[in-house]
Amino acid sequence: MTAVENERKSIDRTHPAAKAPSDRQGTSLTQDAWRRLRRNRVAMVSLGLLVAVAVLAVLTPLLPLAPPDRIQTRLKFMPPSGPLLERGFVFDTDALASATQRATELQPEVDRATAKLSAPRLSEDAAKEAAADYRRLITMQRGLTQKAYRDAGYPDLGPGARQMVQLRLAMFGEWQFGPLAGRDKLGRDILSRIFWGGRVSLIVGLVATLVSLAIGVTYGMISGYAGGWVDDAMMRVVDVLYSVPFIFVVIFIITVISADEWKATLEFYGINRIVIFYVVVGAIYWLTMSRVVRGQVLSLKNEPFVEAARAVGVSHTAIVFRHILPNLFSIVLVYLTLTIPRVILFEAFLSFLGLGVEPPDVSWGLLANEGIKVITPVKVYWWLILFPSLAIGMTLFALNFLGDGLRDAFDPRLKDQ
Amino acid sequence: MTNFIFRRLIWMVITLWAVFTVSFFLMHSIPGGPFSGEKALDPLIEENFKRKYDLDKSLPEQYLLRLGDVVRLDMGLCMKLEYPANKVIADGLPISALLGSLALASAFLVGVTAGIVSAVARGSATDVGLMAIATLGIALPNFVVAGVSILVFVFWLQWLPAAGWGSIEQLILPSICLGAPYAASVARIARTGMLDVLSQDHIRTARAKGLSPLKVVLKHAMPTAMLPVVSFLGPAVAGILTGSPVVEQIFAIPGLGWHFVQSAILRDYTLAMALVLVYTALLYTMNFVVDLCYSLLDPRIEWK
Repeated sequence: MTAVENERKSIDRTHPAAKAPSDRQGTSLTQDAWRRLRRNRVAMVSLGLLVAVAVLAVLTPLLPLAPPDRIQTRLKFMPPSGPLLERGFVFDTDALASATQRATELQPEVDRATAKLSAPRLSEDAAKEAAADYRRLITMQRGLTQKAYRDAGYPDLGPGARQMVQLRLAMFGEWQFGPLAGRDKLGRDILSRIFWGGRVSLIVGLVATLVSLAIGVTYGMISGYAGGWVDDAMMRVVDVLYSVPFIFVVIFIITVISADEWKATLEFYGINRIVIFYVVVGAIYWLTMSRVVRGQVLSLKNEPFVEAARAVGVSHTAIVFRHILPNLFSIVLVYLTLTIPRVILFEAFLSFLGLGVEPPDVSWGLLANEGIKVITPVKVYWWLILFPSLAIGMTLFALNFLGDGLRDAFDPRLKDQ
Repeated sequence: MTNFIFRRLIWMVITLWAVFTVSFFLMHSIPGGPFSGEKALDPLIEENFKRKYDLDKSLPEQYLLRLGDVVRLDMGLCMKLEYPANKVIADGLPISALLGSLALASAFLVGVTAGIVSAVARGSATDVGLMAIATLGIALPNFVVAGVSILVFVFWLQWLPAAGWGSIEQLILPSICLGAPYAASVARIARTGMLDVLSQDHIRTARAKGLSPLKVVLKHAMPTAMLPVVSFLGPAVAGILTGSPVVEQIFAIPGLGWHFVQSAILRDYTLAMALVLVYTALLYTMNFVVDLCYSLLDPRIEWK
């Protein structure tokens, strides 16, 4: 009797499972995946590189770079050269102060126009006039705010970027990097253009992918969870949409909104090609996402935990959002890292056709395009092609490798696919 | 079998009709038109133009007229080029298709070879190196590949002419640039497929009965490993044969790809619709061929 008890005790003490459950934390799927990902050296290097690129892109206005759109035709096609740092950054702080002051002086007038616009019982003509007046004032005010920056050679900047440029001016003064990556046909600094282009390219890739994600996940989830004829019908729609050549649709829409009579109005409301691009790309790239998500949901909804939830009376909405959605995380994350490079490539492709980002803004696609355009049999400006290509190639390379690594980490069964 | 083909044909007609309808209303729902361009036309001239292309009729009427055109396989006159859309396609498609087939053939050969070598030598330096190159091929925009290869092969080494159409040398660079991303994808997919097959029982049996490694890989593993490659290439063929606007522009090739972009920019409804339908028909046919190939490569698959 005692011998048995003793034996049991000794077993209990040595058996690892016998420890109190409270001091043993289970690892979640995500933690497991992160552990596996950390062991993948290529994926971790890619991750580090991407974080670095993202941080540099965010902090670009703060770096001692030349302004990306400062034209110095006298220095055109200057090959890459030193010095590392040179004096040359010009920013007229007096002009900025006076322009800001004029913009503030304009404020009462803007307020008056706003009040007039929202006044009750306006005749149609008066309303139209008030709207035009308001638009004119706002445009003028925006122009004043940007003027000093535009003169220095910056594209239109948001409030955050303007603050950073001010900070940069305070920190580095007139020091800036020399033309380390050469200059283009208008004498603009390529190094700076690559940094500023990265900002645009990354934002475009990220936002457009998120839009496509939102549409795709919702659509796929509804289709997969509903099942039956709803699923059939929804997937047939996807099949048909797959056969529409979307490049064509995108070009069509972008040409229309770039027409002069539309452009001014749309731009006033902040809708330019980039915004349209987000929406249109989001509207295209959701197709694959919805298929992938649907497949996943189809298999998930027959899992015992969904059945259990249903048995205790959880509503369909709660099942979808609380129990199924979190399980889609891994597949969505993997798809995200693989879609961003495709979107960036697509933006580059449109920029190549002259339908992407518009000057004075730059993107990597636009830069590479400018490089290709000045190839002549007489003279080859290799730095105009090489450096932007390196930037695109490196980033997309890292994104692809990270995507592959994530996929292996989340689902070891899929390794080598 | 006949039943299968018949059903797929019916689906093709339905898809073409759906794509036609979607594209038609998409084009016409956006304000402006082919004749509201940068310079304003004389109202009388514009009216005549519109009458010529039925643009003065109501939208449902136009829809039926154009649908009739499609059924008769005569797309009508281009609105900007003043000659039939059928002729544009007859001129451009063979050029794009020739270039595309070359690109595809080389992509297939290079990709499959790299994929198989990579799978057989799994984990070795060769494997890692080949897959890194493949990822690079997927990651780089094709105009960057084109730009760099022009720098290297045309200006630096001076092996090949820069651009143009007519001689065999002029075909080499564009087809490489066009095929590179496909070769890269094929390599990755072939490697996966091969790894999958190599772990199966019939391969072990083949090895056990003493076949040479080469024979095991090429005769017993390869057909099944080609399934995912074929299903990737099917839809890709449609895209590659109708031409790439970028490659055709860089190398000055008079194919269809450039018309694709131009018709959208100029809002040439007739030409745009013709190109969309050619693309869709090709895409659908290729998917159909892929399904037929499946059962040739793997007898266990039945036509459904």
